[in-house]
Amino acid sequence: MADLHKLTIAELSEKLAVGECTSVEIVNDVLAAIDATDGKVGAYLTIDRSSALEQARAADAARAAGKKNPMLGIPVAIKDLLNVKGQSCTCASKILEGYVAPYDATVIAKLRAAGAVLLGRVNMDEFAMGSSTENSALGQTRNPWNLGHVPGGSSGGSAASVASDEAIASLGSDTGGSIRQPAAFCGCVGVKPTYGRVSRYGLTAFASSLDQIGPITKTVKDSAILLEAICGHDKLDSSSIEMDVPAFGKNLTGETSLVGMKLGLPKEYFVEGMDPEVEKAVRDAVAHCKSLGAEIVEVSLPNSKYAIAVYYIIATAEASANLARFDGIRYGLRVDGKDPIELYGKTRAAGFGSEVKRRIILGTYVLSSGYYDAYYLKAQKVRTLIRDDFTAAFKQCDAILAPVTPTAAYKLGEKTDDPLKMYLDDILTTPVNLAGNCALSLPCGFSSGGLPIGLQIIGDAFAEETILKVGHAYEQTTEWHTRKPEIS
Amino acid sequence: MPEANPGMHVSDIAHLARIDLTSEETALFQSQLDQILHYVEQLNELDVGGVEPTAHAIPVYNVLRKDEIGQSLDRDAVIANAPAATGGQIRVPKIIDQ
Amino acid sequence: MKYEATIGLETHIMQKTNTKMFCACKYEYGAEPNTHVCPVCLGYPGALPVMNEKAIELCCKAGLLLGCEINPYSKWDRKNYFYPDMAKNYQITQADQPLCLGGQVAVEVDGEMKTFTLERIHQEENAAKNTHVAGASLVDYNRAGTALMEIVSNPCMHSAADALAYLTALKQIMEYGGISDCNPEKGQIRSDVNVSVRPVGQEKLGSKVEIKNMNSFAFIQQAIEYEIDRQIEVLESGGKVVQETRGFDSDRGETFSQRTKENAHDYRYFPEPDLMPVKISAEQIGQWRSELPELPVQRRERYVKELGLPEYDAGVLTADMATSDWFERVMVHTRNAKAVSNFIMGEMMRLLSEHGLSIAESKVTPEKLAEIIALIDAKTISTGAGKQVFEIIFNEGGDPKQIVEEKGMAQVSDDSALEGWADEAIASNPKPVEEYKAGNAASINFLMGQVMKASRGKANPGAVMQMLKQKLDG
Ligand SMILES: [Mg+2]
Ligand SMILES: [Zn+2]
Repeated sequence: MADLHKLTIAELSEKLAVGECTSVEIVNDVLAAIDATDGKVGAYLTIDRSSALEQARAADAARAAGKKNPMLGIPVAIKDLLNVKGQSCTCASKILEGYVAPYDATVIAKLRAAGAVLLGRVNMDEFAMGSSTENSALGQTRNPWNLGHVPGGSSGGSAASVASDEAIASLGSDTGGSIRQPAAFCGCVGVKPTYGRVSRYGLTAFASSLDQIGPITKTVKDSAILLEAICGHDKLDSSSIEMDVPAFGKNLTGETSLVGMKLGLPKEYFVEGMDPEVEKAVRDAVAHCKSLGAEIVEVSLPNSKYAIAVYYIIATAEASANLARFDGIRYGLRVDGKDPIELYGKTRAAGFGSEVKRRIILGTYVLSSGYYDAYYLKAQKVRTLIRDDFTAAFKQCDAILAPVTPTAAYKLGEKTDDPLKMYLDDILTTPVNLAGNCALSLPCGFSSGGLPIGLQIIGDAFAEETILKVGHAYEQTTEWHTRKPEIS
Repeated sequence: MPEANPGMHVSDIAHLARIDLTSEETALFQSQLDQILHYVEQLNELDVGGVEPTAHAIPVYNVLRKDEIGQSLDRDAVIANAPAATGGQIRVPKIIDQ
Repeated sequence: MKYEATIGLETHIMQKTNTKMFCACKYEYGAEPNTHVCPVCLGYPGALPVMNEKAIELCCKAGLLLGCEINPYSKWDRKNYFYPDMAKNYQITQADQPLCLGGQVAVEVDGEMKTFTLERIHQEENAAKNTHVAGASLVDYNRAGTALMEIVSNPCMHSAADALAYLTALKQIMEYGGISDCNPEKGQIRSDVNVSVRPVGQEKLGSKVEIKNMNSFAFIQQAIEYEIDRQIEVLESGGKVVQETRGFDSDRGETFSQRTKENAHDYRYFPEPDLMPVKISAEQIGQWRSELPELPVQRRERYVKELGLPEYDAGVLTADMATSDWFERVMVHTRNAKAVSNFIMGEMMRLLSEHGLSIAESKVTPEKLAEIIALIDAKTISTGAGKQVFEIIFNEGGDPKQIVEEKGMAQVSDDSALEGWADEAIASNPKPVEEYKAGNAASINFLMGQVMKASRGKANPGAVMQMLKQKLDG
């Protein structure tokens, strides 16, 4: 093994360009790494080895024929809610048993066009509902830094695969923190792009007005490269913005100065119950940014404290409709009944896990006759207030620094019995989804127990270049991202 | 917002959502959801008079497509995905009016 | 006690688009099941809707034809309910901000002009088609997601005749406007009918009964009549009308209970996050308005004023757009509107109905009818012969002039030929000649008949009359 799996997209891309390695070699190394460690980590649900190698051979041939792209020949792990033609797409649920996607999600089509290798499908919380990947109906994923701890979620498989070098990079999705939180828990970099930046076509919807697909990678530079590959206007998604895609990857040149940059620190984001180790790591990171030349200003996001309440109304309401299509009629699991009503009730009872049922019921309730105004409409109005807070804050600063989570990764099973407690952990990530802007998560330290801690860099709408620049400068001048877990 | 969520009967809502719950699930969800709804009541602190609701994170309008015929799916793939089918149609238990 | 019925209609009309409302699948009636489907209209995971701009245009044009106000801002909502014909188990529709607001349909009912007002028109998507077989139902999603607009009237009608007149006018306007073919057999026009009954003088409307999803106008009429009688009977016997949804059993001509208010759906409408709102500018509305075709009322007026047709003829010709269009095509080649009207209302309609054909299938083309009329006007053939030529062409095809020649149908106006027949008629019928000379003007008709007989119908009747008069009066 040439340890190619331990490298980044940027490093491999250079090696490939000068002929130091081939895509087939990279894929073989990654497959070997999966064989060696995935038995412990449990990141993958399915791996199509022959297809991955075939794609790698095609990438090598394309390169020989003159094709150039930073993603060409790079193996990527795909969160199991993205449709890839000819593959299963279970969303880690039993209800999609037997479903074969007849089409490619737009991000998948873009990755194919760039020449990336689709390696396999990684685990997640069922239908992206959860923060620990413990809600998967199909398998348990563990945190590579401590196998007794959760990898975070819902893109837990994505983060765990990257952290354990079982993938060079991965695609996840973020509805309330589902990219940033597992990235933080696993010591990876993750980006939640601005709503509308990346096409949602082919992403199995959880909450349509909040969902965004984004990268989970080993470095900020890699996130920039992968983000650039999947961005761009798509006619198949009405919420996709018509806007040029900046050269995210190329624009990160190794610059480490933050002179002239104003970074906001929201006083409300060091919440009660926050682990002091997390607070310290984040405050150290803020100081570090200051040492790189940034000006630190205090900002206020007073309505963010309502984000969980608003989020769990809006997200579950949208989900209750989005998941109505899983009914046993056209695809997936069917438990028969004497009439369609009985079939629906039985199929959905057998096919959905507890958390999904709980959220569908909550979402159905908040929309039901007589309660709409009190819950849903009110939540939409508070959403406006949360959004307005960010608009005001970005008049005072270029980006906002904050923790990603109140604590580092917790133990498996620690919070599964108390859904509200689990929901409250999303307090620092959901405001960004509600406002629609972008944010990045990257490692900024470790707990005394050896678990990674994440720093969140929040940007204004379509200010991905700014947060990538800040993250890149921080990363270039710290060494957290170079640490690797010892998986045992 | 309703005070003690008098309308929240998990069993009724579950029927509306077409999920058959066991009695254990019904009881568990009832207590968990009551707790969550209680938490959500904090929104009552806020005066949202005059505040416009946000339905979309970005203000975009008139996203239209031309009325041009595109590719449909191969029927075999559609039927292969269906749990039951007859003669190219998807078969379901007899529909009686609901 | 006297009762008054109040009726409102929700009419679903399938628009004439090439593709479905939110995906690029073809809309084609009668295609092999499930051949025009895609991830979007099948409600597959991850699929997203995108609006069909033609459907929006047609919905707004329908609104303009019906005098609606076009909403400058409209949006989309999800209507949630589980049913196998609804792939996503929600329908994308418009709840509180439809494309068109208000509007009206003015129509004559039993000789009286009435104006029926509209509440709104909104755009939505169609459901799939279910068929029932032994022990199961089969679903074909070809129709799922096709463009469907819903025209909601106010509860402003009071009889089955009102409703029928309203629907007939609506259908006519939609056809003329190029909005829809409105073929009831193809399900392109279907109505839900709301009926309530109250004692005359009572302000509050009675409990509303909704009769769902009827396409035949005759059934709609029957259902309304039955429902009014039923509700009056309930009230008369001291009962209360239950607010409910009823179906119509066409075999028995009766409505039957389907779903009561207690079991009513809770649709849980909320804004569709996957679709962006629609903003329509005044310029756009102006553009669409300038593209609107002439409506039946306008055509009727023009036929009377400019072509000098009787009101009756104008009404018959414009009742159906295909007929009216056909009439207009004949008028390109002739100025004799009344003759064209007579042929269409007479020979054409009789033969079409005898053969069960539509006017488009007639072998008599507009050009050929114009030629037949030209031959009559030039007195080359008689009107009777013209009708024969029409029927021959209708059945066998052919060219009018050639048929006239082959069958020797040309009229004789030649004086020398006529003179011989006239002299002979006078000579061999002294009695009528005598009577005519004595002042009985009608007796000349007998002589006329003799000449026509002798000429085997080919004599030009006008010329014969003139010659006989000349000879007898002179
Ligand atoms: Mg409707
Ligand atoms: Zn389609």
